[in-house]
Amino acid sequence: MARRILGNTADQRAVDALNEELGTNRNAFVQYADWISGVVTGDLGESYRTRRPVSEMLAGGLENSAKLAGLAFLLVVPLGILGGVAAALKEGRLRDRVLSTGGLSATAIPEFVWAVLVILVFALWLDVLPVTAQAPRGSGLLTQVEYLLLPALCLVFVLFGYISRMARAGTIEALDADYTRTAVLKGLPQRTVIRRHVLRNALLPTIAVVATQTGYLIGGLVAIELIFNYQGVGLLMIRGVQSKDLPLLESAVLVVGVIYVVATLLADVLYSLLNPRIRLGAAQ
Amino acid sequence: MTVTQDPLAITPVAPPRDEARVARREQIRLVLRSKTFIAGAIIVGFWVFCAAFGRAVAPYSPFETDILAKLEPPSAEHWFGTDRTGRDVFSRVLAGARDIMVVSLGATVLGTVLGTAIGLATGYLRGLVDDIVSRVVDAFLAVPVVVLGLLVLVAVTPSKLTVILVIGVVFTPIIARTVRAAVLAERELEYVEAARLRNERAPYIMFGEILPNVLAPVLVEFTVRLGYAIFAIATLSFLGVGIQPPAPDWGVQVFDHYQFLNGGDWWPTVFPAAAIATLVIGVNLVADGLTHALER
Amino acid sequence: MSLAATAAATAPALELDDLCVAYRVRGAWRQVLRGVSLSIAQGESFGLVGESGCGKSTAAFAVMRYLPRNGRVTSGEIRVGGADLLAMSEADVRRHRARTVSMVYQNPGAALNPSIRVGDQVAEVFEIAGASRAQARERTREMLAKVQIADAGRVMRRYPHQLSGGMQQRVVIAMALASDPTLLILDEPTTGLDATVEAEVLDLVASLRREFETSVLFISHNLAVIRRMCDRVGVLYAGRLVEEGPADEVFRDPRHPYSVGLLRCIPRGGVRKGERPLDTIPGFLPSPGADLRGCVFTERCGLAQEVCRAEEPPLYPVSEGRWSRCHFWPQAHEVPYTAVTPAGAGAARANGEAVLRVENASKTFRQDGHHVRALAEVDLGLRPGETLGLVGESGSGKSTLARVVLGLTAPDEGGRIELDGEPLAPTLAGRGTEDVRAIQIVFQNPDAALNRRFSVRRIVGRALTKLVGLSGERREARMRDLLHAVRFDDRLVGARPSQLSGGLKQRVAIARAFAGDPRVVVCDEPTSALDVSVQAAILNLLVELQAEKGVTYLFISHDLGVVRYLSDRIAVLYLGRLMELGSAETVFAPPHHPYTEALLSAVPTLEGEERPRIRLAGEIPSAAEPPAGCVFHTRCPRKWGEICEREEPPLAEVEPGHLLRCHIPLGELRRLQAAPPAPQSKTTS
Repeated sequence: MARRILGNTADQRAVDALNEELGTNRNAFVQYADWISGVVTGDLGESYRTRRPVSEMLAGGLENSAKLAGLAFLLVVPLGILGGVAAALKEGRLRDRVLSTGGLSATAIPEFVWAVLVILVFALWLDVLPVTAQAPRGSGLLTQVEYLLLPALCLVFVLFGYISRMARAGTIEALDADYTRTAVLKGLPQRTVIRRHVLRNALLPTIAVVATQTGYLIGGLVAIELIFNYQGVGLLMIRGVQSKDLPLLESAVLVVGVIYVVATLLADVLYSLLNPRIRLGAAQ
Repeated sequence: MTVTQDPLAITPVAPPRDEARVARREQIRLVLRSKTFIAGAIIVGFWVFCAAFGRAVAPYSPFETDILAKLEPPSAEHWFGTDRTGRDVFSRVLAGARDIMVVSLGATVLGTVLGTAIGLATGYLRGLVDDIVSRVVDAFLAVPVVVLGLLVLVAVTPSKLTVILVIGVVFTPIIARTVRAAVLAERELEYVEAARLRNERAPYIMFGEILPNVLAPVLVEFTVRLGYAIFAIATLSFLGVGIQPPAPDWGVQVFDHYQFLNGGDWWPTVFPAAAIATLVIGVNLVADGLTHALER
Repeated sequence: MSLAATAAATAPALELDDLCVAYRVRGAWRQVLRGVSLSIAQGESFGLVGESGCGKSTAAFAVMRYLPRNGRVTSGEIRVGGADLLAMSEADVRRHRARTVSMVYQNPGAALNPSIRVGDQVAEVFEIAGASRAQARERTREMLAKVQIADAGRVMRRYPHQLSGGMQQRVVIAMALASDPTLLILDEPTTGLDATVEAEVLDLVASLRREFETSVLFISHNLAVIRRMCDRVGVLYAGRLVEEGPADEVFRDPRHPYSVGLLRCIPRGGVRKGERPLDTIPGFLPSPGADLRGCVFTERCGLAQEVCRAEEPPLYPVSEGRWSRCHFWPQAHEVPYTAVTPAGAGAARANGEAVLRVENASKTFRQDGHHVRALAEVDLGLRPGETLGLVGESGSGKSTLARVVLGLTAPDEGGRIELDGEPLAPTLAGRGTEDVRAIQIVFQNPDAALNRRFSVRRIVGRALTKLVGLSGERREARMRDLLHAVRFDDRLVGARPSQLSGGLKQRVAIARAFAGDPRVVVCDEPTSALDVSVQAAILNLLVELQAEKGVTYLFISHDLGVVRYLSDRIAVLYLGRLMELGSAETVFAPPHHPYTEALLSAVPTLEGEERPRIRLAGEIPSAAEPPAGCVFHTRCPRKWGEICEREEPPLAEVEPGHLLRCHIPLGELRRLQAAPPAPQSKTTS
């Protein structure tokens, strides 16, 4: 470890001393146990490389990542739902084929590949958006959004397919349901049928999916933040990997896991709040 | 009772040829009628060809450097240009198909086999086994695949085998969950009770009776997962913990050259990136075609 | 305007004129309705009967102009109150649905939107008609009261899943009648509901129809329900009306071989298995789109002549308002009987030691922290060669009892199952092959009970291998015998279940159950997924097999006619308790348990005789919280007194072979049941 920090030309004694100080002369298992015992007392430890408290580094990274992820979610959730519902209403027709196949393809492509493509198109050919994601210090909200747009777009592409597919499936199921037939046969106008009877039931499962996508989103952040050189939690993770900085990497993974679990939990709660079947239980 | 040990009992006794053929033909016809499937199959077919013969048909060796011809733009000589050490990008793209396909296929097969077995066992046996395994599955699912891969591959030395093992193991609970859901629906059907009512053992019921009925979702899950595997492995390689240089892997090539994008030298990055994009799209189109044909 | 109004007032509520509907399947148009003409007068109730696949529901949805996307009216006319439905614009169709026609169909649970409060769903109908929100709510309350929902205000705030099936169907009916339509279409509205609930819903529809002066198109596969609900009836076969006329005349004196056959298939009028076999209709319904020349029924008709194949029969008037589409309608009754062997006659009344004994069997499930007692201290003995019918509504514990007997579910501590006097292990895991093969089952739904990936050969062969230990040539030979015994053509032995009709699938399932020469076969609603003509054939087969092999049946069914036909003795279950046990004659004739009495009176008959209906108050209580005392006292129309609430009556042998769980002495029951019951509210303690 110390060899990595001090470089190949450093004096062996200096390396040994640093290893001793960091505790990296011990085996990985002991290091891990050490870190864990810190975690349970609320101490994430210190980064081997920068010697700063991990919690401090993560806080900054989380804030940045949250901005990026938030922008992506803000864009993709309405778009995905709209796309899915629009496709479902024309099931099997051209609009559905284009949206479904397009969404599927967009989702299949890894984020870093999207990053290469969007940089090529928007930053180099069209030259309309900045290549880096980090806005200059102290810039306003709009400028920050402008800088974040390209990386967010990559996440939007990947997530769009998931969300629209779910929304489409839910809508088709609701359209085929007996209760929709009841609503149509009541003589309700089509708009009312869709708004009141179809969408309410169709979008419930989509909500659950949106939350579970947090996990994928964070996975995608790693590659995106690397390619756009954006100081988020993903980049910290990659730096942790590259320099074998275990406290940093492990803490970052822990935080990501916690965020995912909380998101899933929130989704469950939201889902049961919106679904009277769960909220009110079965017939007495 | 030597009959119960009969290994042939596990595999279905073939129904009369014509019947089986009719049923199979019907399904194949449905698959082949799907345009998405055909389009996907053509793309995947192309890359399979490259994986097999890419190195043979490539105009240059994918490893041969030429410091005098660094970062040359695409030309008649180098269709896709050259990279920063003067290697021919076109040859490297063709040759790069093999590793990622072998590794992702290996990982998916591993995950599917393990996941199907676990899904069958948890879905059929329920109870304590199910509870414990489901908790583990949930825990696994709490961490994104790429992050999990990072965590493990930082501890062990990355190699093709470790990537296969890691992605295979990461996929196992995901596939197990899908298979379990299908099995839960199947075990409600009375043919399972009918089997219990002739003293069949649990393994026979799981593998002999239920498995044939969940093969369609397993196949669909396999192709879908294959797409994800390529996605994940390309990403891991890009992040430096997957397939290792100097292998002409696409993700590695993108990682090696994406800094040159700003300078306008786009070809060593864009061509491998496009290769990844077409392969994953192809696999996903195949998966989509199969899903529609088999799940209705 | 006024002219149009008067025209609408006098025009028939519904007129179908040579209606043809086709579905596009794999690029080809297949005819489902082949020129149906009928007319329903204002205020009239018209029944459409026929087996599954004959086009009943298609006709209903055509009238709503709501055919599936691949369906199309190819020719003909539909006029509702004189207005041409097929010429209407989309907006007019919407108004037509909002004002003129309403529809109620099977499975009310699915017909209601799960995430909208019941009251809002009904109120919507008033709002389309232009009522304000407050008005709509007020009128919803009135409407729910009209469908006899007590405490309408509370029910309005509920979600559908919080209501029972019967309540849900009331809400759907309220919704359908809220627009005060000229025509109400009911498509199998009570199928899937329990007998007593069905009776309540039918009563309700009948009284509301009078109140709202609505015309009704009533669609059902159940002839007795049609008989009870309709003035006139049309018999639909392969998309063609083959006979039409006043309901009582058609059912008393059918004039088309198909109607004759349908009526003969049904066990009725107290006929028993020993007396004569049920008649069946051989052959299969032609597939949709089949090219039919001449009479649509020719292929299956015992009277068919050359002329039937060549010429489509015209409408032969039979009498005033009655016609038949049969060249030989005067001889329709002379259709030869298909089943001639007096099957079952050989089944001597079983006697002797019980082959199977169930002692003190209880089963408690844990559900959301509650203990649900699905089965409570049931004692039963099955004699060799007899059929014990098991009746009761959903939740009565019929299936639980079957599962306990089979060893699929272990009974609670203290319960005992004995086979030939030897105790059986509580679950299959502890039972040896001999014990397992001795008790087998025929499930309700052969689609689920047969592994769809396996051929018939594998399904039956595997049972022979596992239960009898046969293999090779001997197994093949035994399989041929077995398939022959269930009248299954062994050329189809390589087919998979999906390639077989429902009746054939059930024969395979029966063959499997009989593979190991069982002593007892549990029949769990074995015919309720089948059409009546197929049901008859399966019942005949079961009777024959019993006569041949001396097997004992535990026969579960909700269809009392079928149970009566087949059973030697009958056990009545309510909330997991055995309420009555006795010979079929004893149980079906008074004096019997008040619950049995109510159950019997709930079932409409084909004879259509006027019987006093015994109404059961309230809903079936939850097994999680059974009422104290006699579990039936909350709904009992004969409640004897305060003792019923306090003390659970014992199951007592009130006369030889007749067991009753009731506080009322037998003599008193006899006296009470000779006269119609007093309304429950007036019973004093």
